[in-house]
Amino acid sequence: MPVSVGRSFAIIAAVGGTVFFTRLIPFLFFPKGKEIPPMIQYLGKVLPPAVIGMLVIYCLKSVNVLAAPFGLPELIAVAVVILLHVWKRNNLLSIGTGTVLYMFLIQAVF
Amino acid sequence: MKTRLDEKKGSYIRAFRAAFPYTIPVLTGYLFIGMAFGVMIQEKGYNFLWAMLMSLLIYAGSGQYLAVNFFAPGVSLWHVIFMEFMLNIRHIFYGLSLLERFSKMGKKRLYMIFSLTDETYSLFFVTKVPPDVREDQFLFAIALLDQSYWIIGSGIGALLGNVLPFSTEGIDFAMTALFVVIMTEQWMDSQNRKSVIIGLLCGLFCLIIFGADNFILPTMICIMVILLAGKRVLTEQEVNHNAG
Repeated sequence: MPVSVGRSFAIIAAVGGTVFFTRLIPFLFFPKGKEIPPMIQYLGKVLPPAVIGMLVIYCLKSVNVLAAPFGLPELIAVAVVILLHVWKRNNLLSIGTGTVLYMFLIQAVF
Repeated sequence: MKTRLDEKKGSYIRAFRAAFPYTIPVLTGYLFIGMAFGVMIQEKGYNFLWAMLMSLLIYAGSGQYLAVNFFAPGVSLWHVIFMEFMLNIRHIFYGLSLLERFSKMGKKRLYMIFSLTDETYSLFFVTKVPPDVREDQFLFAIALLDQSYWIIGSGIGALLGNVLPFSTEGIDFAMTALFVVIMTEQWMDSQNRKSVIIGLLCGLFCLIIFGADNFILPTMICIMVILLAGKRVLTEQEVNHNAG
């Protein structure tokens, strides 16, 4: 271990505390029983689809489209996941097929 | 005769049974991403108990990856706090959509807030609570199952280290596929389409401008500004939708 046991616990507490705090903030601003302003209610409704769009980009942020294989494995796998999901609408089938296909593409094809 | 306690237990079992299938994609993703964390932290000299303790107390994917670097001499705790805060700042906005649902969760509320990862948050918006299951127990079951996968994955990773029987390269795509599936689900409800597009375009735009390491905060701000500025358009659409 590069640092002492006590120090390790302190680091875990600092990381854990900070992460928890970021998740807690909205609940501190709008505690139970306090009326939620219409603006926040509106945001709460329209935010999730936008955040999920952002998370898709976040997952693909390291893809380099300017160098071979130009993001093709990701593009193909994402397209297959979408098409399969629109067709069969089965979470497991879409995710499983997409993941296995992606692993095959980067390990054996590209 | 059934006692009240038995009934409560029974409904929890039903809640976990109903929740489990929804969490299988997260199971796949978390086991492997958690394993990757376990491998990284054992290379630093921390055994599987430490790995699992961190996954129990911290519970953040990218947050724990980043934290691996902090176990080194001379890193100040203020640096740790600042870096983690910036990395996880997107979580500030997640709770806004769950204020009401979590307010009905009683003693479980604090745990629900603690365990609100990207994946658990996303699942809450595509899962339908079955009619014979209580919503609070159902959401709690999803949250608890997800974290247990994460803890187990990190333990396995720290125990096995680098010796795995087959190449798992690319298996973390399960997480990408999960978000793509959730996005597709959201897209099928026409009410959500504009928001999905706003999220994708803001993300792409900020990624190009700010680069892969610093684009999440600008993206969140960009999304909030556009959603607030476009409130009239977005709510009008909803009214029409409800009327038609």
